Amino acid sequence: MLRYVVKRILLMLLSLWVIATLTFVLMKSIPGDPFTSEKKLPEQTLKNLMAHYHLDKPLPTQYLIYMKNLANFDLGFSIKSSTRSVNEIIADGFPVSAQLGIQAILIALILGIIMGSTAALRHNRLPDYAIMVLAVIGISIPSFVLAPFLQKYIGWQWDLLPIAGWGDFTHTILPSIALAFLPLALVTRLMRSSVLDVQGQDYIRTAQAKGLPPVRVFTHHILRNAIFPIITIMGPLVAGILTGSFVIEKIFSIPGLGKRFVEDIFNRDYPVIMGVTIFYSAFLILMNFIVDLVYTWVDPRVKLGEREVE
Amino acid sequence: MARLLEVDNLHVTFETYAGKVHAVRGVSFTLNKGETLAIVGESGSGKSVTAQSIMRLIPSPPGKITEGRILFEGDDLVQASKKKMLRIRGSKIGVIFQDPMTSLNPTMTVGKQIMEGLIWHQKINRHEAQKRALEMLRLVGIPNPEQRFHQYPHEFSGGMRQRVMIAMALASDPKILIADEPTTALDVTIQAQILELMQEIQKETETAIILITHDLGVVAEVAQRVAVMYGGKIVETGEVEEVFYRSRHPYTWGLMASMPRLDQRRDQELEPIPGTPPDLYDPPPGCPFADRCPYAMFICHEQMPETTQVSPTHQVACWLEDPRATPVNKEVKVNIR
Ligand SMILES: Nc1ncnc2c1ncn2[C@@H]1O[C@H](COP(=O)(O)OP(=O)(O)O)[C@@H](O)[C@H]1O
Ligand code: SF4
Ligand SMILES: [Mg+2]
Repeated sequence: MLRYVVKRILLMLLSLWVIATLTFVLMKSIPGDPFTSEKKLPEQTLKNLMAHYHLDKPLPTQYLIYMKNLANFDLGFSIKSSTRSVNEIIADGFPVSAQLGIQAILIALILGIIMGSTAALRHNRLPDYAIMVLAVIGISIPSFVLAPFLQKYIGWQWDLLPIAGWGDFTHTILPSIALAFLPLALVTRLMRSSVLDVQGQDYIRTAQAKGLPPVRVFTHHILRNAIFPIITIMGPLVAGILTGSFVIEKIFSIPGLGKRFVEDIFNRDYPVIMGVTIFYSAFLILMNFIVDLVYTWVDPRVKLGEREVE
Repeated sequence: MARLLEVDNLHVTFETYAGKVHAVRGVSFTLNKGETLAIVGESGSGKSVTAQSIMRLIPSPPGKITEGRILFEGDDLVQASKKKMLRIRGSKIGVIFQDPMTSLNPTMTVGKQIMEGLIWHQKINRHEAQKRALEMLRLVGIPNPEQRFHQYPHEFSGGMRQRVMIAMALASDPKILIADEPTTALDVTIQAQILELMQEIQKETETAIILITHDLGVVAEVAQRVAVMYGGKIVETGEVEEVFYRSRHPYTWGLMASMPRLDQRRDQELEPIPGTPPDLYDPPPGCPFADRCPYAMFICHEQMPETTQVSPTHQVACWLEDPRATPVNKEVKVNIR
């Protein structure tokens, strides 16, 4: 157990180092620097700025400085708003994104499991068809189409919820729904096929042969076994929500990390782009690790370390 | 002997995309208290569907009992309410299925799976249920029951899992145990152990057993009576002695001939019955065995043979019983493993 966790942590650090290096190389290979788009700066000012951000040093030196700071959890300073460190920017934006993400995940999981199970239990009947049509819609409509649609009707025409912005809980509802839509459709579809699959298993027949009522067969025998595929896609699901947040936060003007990240890419704010990329990577790697731990915890057949790292 | 169960003219069909499958076509048999009745026949002959009908566990749709009665303790199970069936399943009639590797829930401890039915049926508390479950594990010969109780199915071997299935099926002390090919998926040595165990427990509990199998060797070892099924029908039924030594049906003769014999070398080919079972989508109007039967007469293809009472316990459905048929003499070599 301990050996496995240590091994996983070392592997995670290795992946992070590779990602950090790749990000560094990519950033440096893009033509132009953060100051190109500004109106022409005086020669001397530009030189001072370059020196301040170590941009005048040879690349290997820049790389070493970057890695050293990274090891100290120092992601450097933003170039556009030079008083703010990247760490501060993340600390400001991430909780907002996290709240949105968690709400979206909860909607996708809870509703998806309920809808998927309902469809399977009413297989080839009206509820099944209705839910599957919804799921196909959810998969085919991109969030940047759905979001303005929600804004127009629920936010503006019927005036039920705020159109955009960030403040109290009501502001989080529309963006959470928009963000949850695709994952909800995916979870619903997966849960439906998983329940159908488990329903046909021999051990379900055994449970029925014990004379257990259908409700108990579902809660104690079908559900627990049908949920495993959902746990395995949690990693990709979180990644999907994270990338989805770039678009959704922009559309709803939510001051989260996703919106900030997109803006800084346009501004070529190197330290912020690199810092947030590495932060996101670390976050996803950690989530995958947690998902694996949860999996071994709920599935008695899987022992830690037996399921090797991908 | 007290009659426990009576299946009378049971018909079961499945609506599939390809058409209607007549899986069971007029099956009748009885089961007495404390006895073991074996149902034998090639795969696809309708044995499992018959067993599932008794439990009313036919997947529906597509399956449906279209005709017949299943009398148990004064009730017709074909007509019984869902609620009534919940009280009968697992409490008065227990089942063991063929594949012990897939018949236990992989995410629930073995102990819980045994206790579950007990708590539900007998309205006893967890403590008593646990005591009973441990007792059952001990009875079916599982070493260290206290420790095994908390383990998951994947920690058990195939034979041990089948023991768990038996413990589970018998925990509520049912009147009838239906064992659908309980040893087919197991090694030969384990097979013998499981059969022995079932017999031992039967002696203690006086449970009546319906043993479904395609293996005549198994029948000889444990059953008192046999029903031979073919093409959704029972073609011959009688006491083990009668069916093994005085069989009157060509299909039974074929089964006997395809049984491994002691005087046969291991590498010697068994003699299977040539041909394939009838198409149950469009069953022939006559004897289901007619296409493969070496003694088939013209009438066999046209009309179902009547059931003839050979002795008070021995019945056979074959046109050879008709006085107008040419007598045949088939010496059946039987050798019990
Ligand atoms: N769920 C089902 N759907 C359609 N056909 C079925 C189903 N279950 C059984 N059958 C058909 O019923 C016939 C008898 O099957 P079964 O009772 O399982 O045979 P066996 O004697 O091997 O136990 C087979 O032809 C099979 O195709
Ligand atoms: S009825 Fe005819 S075909 Fe059927 S078993 Fe008897 S002889 Fe053979
Ligand atoms: Mg079968």
